Amino acid sequence: MQVKEYRPLIVAFCCNWCSYAGADLAGNNRLAYPADVKIIRVPCSCRVNPMFILRAFQRGADGVIICGCHPGDCHYTSGNYFTRRRMAALFSMLDFLGIERERTHVEWVSAAEGAKFASTMNAFAEKVAALGENKRLEDLRCKK
Amino acid sequence: MQKIIGEQLIDKASELLSNGTVSCVLGWGLGEFGYDVTPTLFKSVEDLKKGFVFNDFCGANFSKYLVEKTRKLDGKILVFLKPCDTYSFNQLLTEHRFEREKVYVVGIPCDGMADISKVKAVTGEGILTIGEENGKIVVTTLYEDEPVIIDVEEVLAERCINCKSKKHVAFDEIIGEEGKVVESGRFDEVARLESLTPDERFAFWQNELSKCIRCNACRDACPACTCEKCVFDNPASGVENKSPANSFEEKMFHIIRAFHVAGRCTDCGECSRVCPQNIPLHLLNRKLIKDMNEFYGEYQAGEKVGSRAPLVDYTTEDIEPCEVFDRRDKNV
Amino acid sequence: MFKCSLEKNQNLFAEIAKNAKLYLPVDNADGSASYGEWSEGVKWSDALNTAKSAKDFFFPQTEDLMGFKTIGKTIEIIDTRRNSEDFVVFGVRACDVKSFDILDRVFLTDPCDSFYANKRKHGTIVSVACTKPAETCFCSTFGIDAVSPAGDVSAWKTEDALYLQANTEKGKALVDSISSLLEECTDDAVNAQREKTAKIFDKLPLKNLSTNSFGGGKTMDLFDNPFWDELSSSCLGCGTCTFVCPTCQCYDIKDFNTGNGVIRYRCWDSCMFSEFTKMAHGNNRLTQKERFRQRFMHKLVYYPENNEGIFSCVGCGRCLTKCPISMNIVKVMKKIGGNKGE
Repeated sequence: MQVKEYRPLIVAFCCNWCSYAGADLAGNNRLAYPADVKIIRVPCSCRVNPMFILRAFQRGADGVIICGCHPGDCHYTSGNYFTRRRMAALFSMLDFLGIERERTHVEWVSAAEGAKFASTMNAFAEKVAALGENKRLEDLRCKK
Repeated sequence: MQKIIGEQLIDKASELLSNGTVSCVLGWGLGEFGYDVTPTLFKSVEDLKKGFVFNDFCGANFSKYLVEKTRKLDGKILVFLKPCDTYSFNQLLTEHRFEREKVYVVGIPCDGMADISKVKAVTGEGILTIGEENGKIVVTTLYEDEPVIIDVEEVLAERCINCKSKKHVAFDEIIGEEGKVVESGRFDEVARLESLTPDERFAFWQNELSKCIRCNACRDACPACTCEKCVFDNPASGVENKSPANSFEEKMFHIIRAFHVAGRCTDCGECSRVCPQNIPLHLLNRKLIKDMNEFYGEYQAGEKVGSRAPLVDYTTEDIEPCEVFDRRDKNV
Repeated sequence: MFKCSLEKNQNLFAEIAKNAKLYLPVDNADGSASYGEWSEGVKWSDALNTAKSAKDFFFPQTEDLMGFKTIGKTIEIIDTRRNSEDFVVFGVRACDVKSFDILDRVFLTDPCDSFYANKRKHGTIVSVACTKPAETCFCSTFGIDAVSPAGDVSAWKTEDALYLQANTEKGKALVDSISSLLEECTDDAVNAQREKTAKIFDKLPLKNLSTNSFGGGKTMDLFDNPFWDELSSSCLGCGTCTFVCPTCQCYDIKDFNTGNGVIRYRCWDSCMFSEFTKMAHGNNRLTQKERFRQRFMHKLVYYPENNEGIFSCVGCGRCLTKCPISMNIVKVMKKIGGNKGE
């Protein structure tokens, strides 16, 4: 019998102006990144509410990554600066609760950085795969 | 610090009521056993004389009541605020939750309030009366012939042991002396938890949060939680829930609750005081405060009206979320 | 009446646990007590009562009712009902035992709640008499005799022994199953304890609490009482009182979307919550005063009106200790009804 290989489910919140375009570029250039990365496009990385992240974990994500424009390049001037502060505080608190810190990540990816997008996703997926399934923020009802 | 007695507060309130400065008084109402005081609105001097009480169990933070009461009532409300309450008061003003002109604040000094469960641990059940003599708590019980005398210091609430400030940051007048911001070990427990392994921390919080019965008392008592409609009460939000159906929902509620007040929480400790299951909820808030202090510089919510909380502010040089852990690992 | 030396209580628990899951009050790290499952070495708490009531055993805070799954264009209905296993709840105080009667009247009358009935059928209750009531106890107001508790089996704990008396068929079966550890005895020791405890009950501060102003038919007298405003004025609207209450039985039925199906479950609801019994037209109790009034009118007027005058409060005192602002049924009863003889 063939054992099904464990592949982590990754949710990537990508800002419309930079990172989503970066993902597009990665695709156009045929750069490989795991198919288990599910991209959710948001107008700006600062649209990502902590609830989104928890809900992603609830619904079966093993890792959540937030991608936005590089600091200083935000389409809305300052959105990603707020993201930076919020996520620093949130991720630190999740770690405080004993949730594995490697399951959450923020990366700045511009529209020109298709290669960076692919390599970021590959690296993140690898890290999450090493952790295994998300058990600490899972909702068993959603796994039935 | 001089001890404030109830009569002084009654006299002050009576004076302000009689001369028309205020139209009602938000104070503590007498209960059945001495420790079960209820926040009460007093509208006349007679009411005050009949039911106003001030003792070591007057811990409730009145600031949040002002949001509703200033809308409902005409005239000025007299409110007695302890130093920690004044921070919440300022924070609510910062958020424009009520009008400053509608409130008359009398600051009262505070040496810390007692925790009734700690008192009961000493005296046992069956408390009949609680009095005060020479600054000590005198408890008569069903099962002891002699009154039990307790030092307030021995039964202080956790938040009072780790009191951060005895200074009133908002007041129209102060009874007694003006206090100072004090050194406290309030982050010690957070630091202790931080030093544990993630597995140990997870086990700690899993155990604590599994006790939650979702009564929402932490939220409803919190002076920073003043949304007109909480997302957890709103069926349209998609995350509304009334009970912790499983361990995920327990965690979600408490993570969101703590994060939603991040930067606005003054660390008044009401969440832990009111928790019927004794969950140390204040530790989640303190963790956020400690982090923000470390990342973005010292900030005390409510210290000044109109100050900008760390999460609604930024600099171009802020720490990256992924660097947070590297920095901490280096420090340990 | 049977007797078992207290030293042997672990053996007794082990014997009970052979046939059924055994739950009993155990001490928590923070000084409170809660029901826990017995396993070897687990100690029976000396605490007067548990922080949460015993209603969870029959009416848990959340309970799955059914599930749905869509496969193609069909909906599959999943029956999540399970036959409860046999269990024994040991050490229930008289007030909580009485609360089961009150819940029975809600859940077991037509239409019978099969989820509740199933657990009631499989649960055996061993009550224990109180010896050290707290100041917050007022069960006698509702005619509960804490020194002679009801339940399938009544128990008395003295300095050195545990006395047991079976009251029902279920109780008799339980006592029979542990008879090897019991010896027959007279009820002298129990009577002596009853007498001693009764004297303490006479000294309780709330013993004069009166129900005269309440009961069925008093709706019109009490509904517009001006005191409701004052009493509810500092209510936070949290659900602490309802969730620690042994007799509060309101629940909500909700659907949880799992992403690939739906779980329909019920969970405790609280009349203190702003969205309680919210309907298509909106909410029928818009202010905290109305919600606050509902809770006490339900316990003291509406319930007795429909249940032969039985109040749906058992005087356990949990809401007195747990309310964040110390507003509770005793204060309401005193303000509106006064004490006996006043």
